[in-house]
Amino acid sequence: MILNETSVAEIKEKMVRYPRRKSAILPALTVAYHQVGHLNDDIYDEIASIIDIPAVEIAEAATFYTMFPKHPVGKYLIQVCHNISCALLGADSLVHYLEEKLGIKKGETTPDNVFTLITVECLGSCASAPMMQINDQYYEFLTREKVDAILDELRKQA
Amino acid sequence: MEKKVLFTYIDDPAQVKVETYVGHGGYTAWQKALKQMKPADVIDEVKKSGLRGRGGAGFPAGLKWSFVPKDSPKPRYLICNADESEPGTCKDRVLMEHDPHGVIEGMAIASYAIGSHLCFIYIRGEFGGPIRCMEQAVKEAYAKGYLGKNVFGTGYDLDMIVHTGGGAYICGEETALLNSLEGERGMSRIRPPFPAIEGLYACPTVVNNVETLASVPHIINNGAEWYTSMGTEKSAGTKIFSLSGHVNKPGNYELELGTPLSYLINDLGGGIKDGLKLKAVIPGGSSTPFLLPDQLDTKLDYESIAAAGSMLGSGGVIVLHEKTCIVWVIERLIHFYRHESCGKCTPCREGTGWLEQLISRIERGEGKPGDLEKIESICDNILGRTVCPLGDAAVMPIQSALKLFRDEWQYHIDNKRCLVKSEFAFA
Repeated sequence: MILNETSVAEIKEKMVRYPRRKSAILPALTVAYHQVGHLNDDIYDEIASIIDIPAVEIAEAATFYTMFPKHPVGKYLIQVCHNISCALLGADSLVHYLEEKLGIKKGETTPDNVFTLITVECLGSCASAPMMQINDQYYEFLTREKVDAILDELRKQA
Repeated sequence: MEKKVLFTYIDDPAQVKVETYVGHGGYTAWQKALKQMKPADVIDEVKKSGLRGRGGAGFPAGLKWSFVPKDSPKPRYLICNADESEPGTCKDRVLMEHDPHGVIEGMAIASYAIGSHLCFIYIRGEFGGPIRCMEQAVKEAYAKGYLGKNVFGTGYDLDMIVHTGGGAYICGEETALLNSLEGERGMSRIRPPFPAIEGLYACPTVVNNVETLASVPHIINNGAEWYTSMGTEKSAGTKIFSLSGHVNKPGNYELELGTPLSYLINDLGGGIKDGLKLKAVIPGGSSTPFLLPDQLDTKLDYESIAAAGSMLGSGGVIVLHEKTCIVWVIERLIHFYRHESCGKCTPCREGTGWLEQLISRIERGEGKPGDLEKIESICDNILGRTVCPLGDAAVMPIQSALKLFRDEWQYHIDNKRCLVKSEFAFA
């Protein structure tokens, strides 16, 4: 089993609230993503057996939603918004700065598996651009100094 | 002018707690609706208030509620659309993070109006902060008896589920949201049937935006007449505008509808960044056509912006200064729409990809004669030919940019480079 007891219990608790249990697919995928950091076929199978829905239906839904990585990523998934409002305030140069600092290209993971860097579409933080999301947390009004401090802090925790 | 209704207590960090919310007069509208009003009275009051959908379409909220059949034996559902993803828009998030009980109270009143005993708030999955706030607030509302069984001793039961998405812009479109909530891929549905007749689980369903619903308690408390005393005749009340891009003071500002765009950009937004000149404004989220500097007097209401050739949309006002290449802007946007097209309709699925290829090659300096005509032709073949408005949303800014900045596109193709290069440093 990949999903731990807490995740399984959480999925079951969410499932019973819905008039139809298929509605619990996205909540279940979210629980799994928060525990594991990514999704894969084995996880779909486990969710399928919990919700009692064919695994193909879990995979069908999961592959539509881009928020869940479908392969392992670093401990910290850095997602830089490169949509228009952030781009107008330097999102591209933010990405370059992160590439330099981390020594990786966009889409890659650091060799120590601590950081993965990707760009994403609008995160609804347009009036606090430029911004990035790391795992579940938003970091806004970014400057070089702020980025330095954030990465240092996370490196310490990793 | 600036007018705080939804934002009255937005700066009070304690407003997220149910005790503070109640201390500020919260949940009195819910009690009034349940104890003193019939569902039809609630619908009537909201109809009279002129409240229109704040998610983008501007459809009258009370009218939408009235489409739910009174005699249907099926359960009805109310869904709060919190899948805020239109680039340039970041207002619903503020309401959920700073005044979550206002959202819950609005959802409760709307549920009662349409006879729903189970309602949902569908929040985009990336919104960790708002999700945690709403979950905590719902828990508190249950504990205080504002949700659950026999609310205020009236015999009315109401359950509320916080449901989170998976990062798909299309799920902000109401029929795609319904599919997503049912556990399907978030692809839009053909209408009719409209959700009011056959929505979630094929039952009568109303989907309203966060800001729309958060306005409802104020209307029930103060009356429709009070609401129509703000704004213009056809665009009543206040609206939150998200100001972003090249301005000195970006942020979310609540304005009376009918306030001039110049007031938002210059007086509240502190004018254009770095003392540069304004090039264009996208007034209602990234799907809406551009306005030019000589249109700054345009009033921010549904009718005035339409008359100026654009749309009020979601109120996401994106400001571009003179050193912004329009082809670069459009490339960024079409990349987004291609990425977010759900793939259901051929014109949108294939068209957005084709448009991205053509526009990218112009931006790279590899544009060819005839490219602009080809882009126009593809746009014509998408607009109005798709199941949901995503196709239109992808095309409208492109058509507008080609119309207003034709010379700049042509320069790009002829000279294989930008007329003005977009190079935006990050501090």
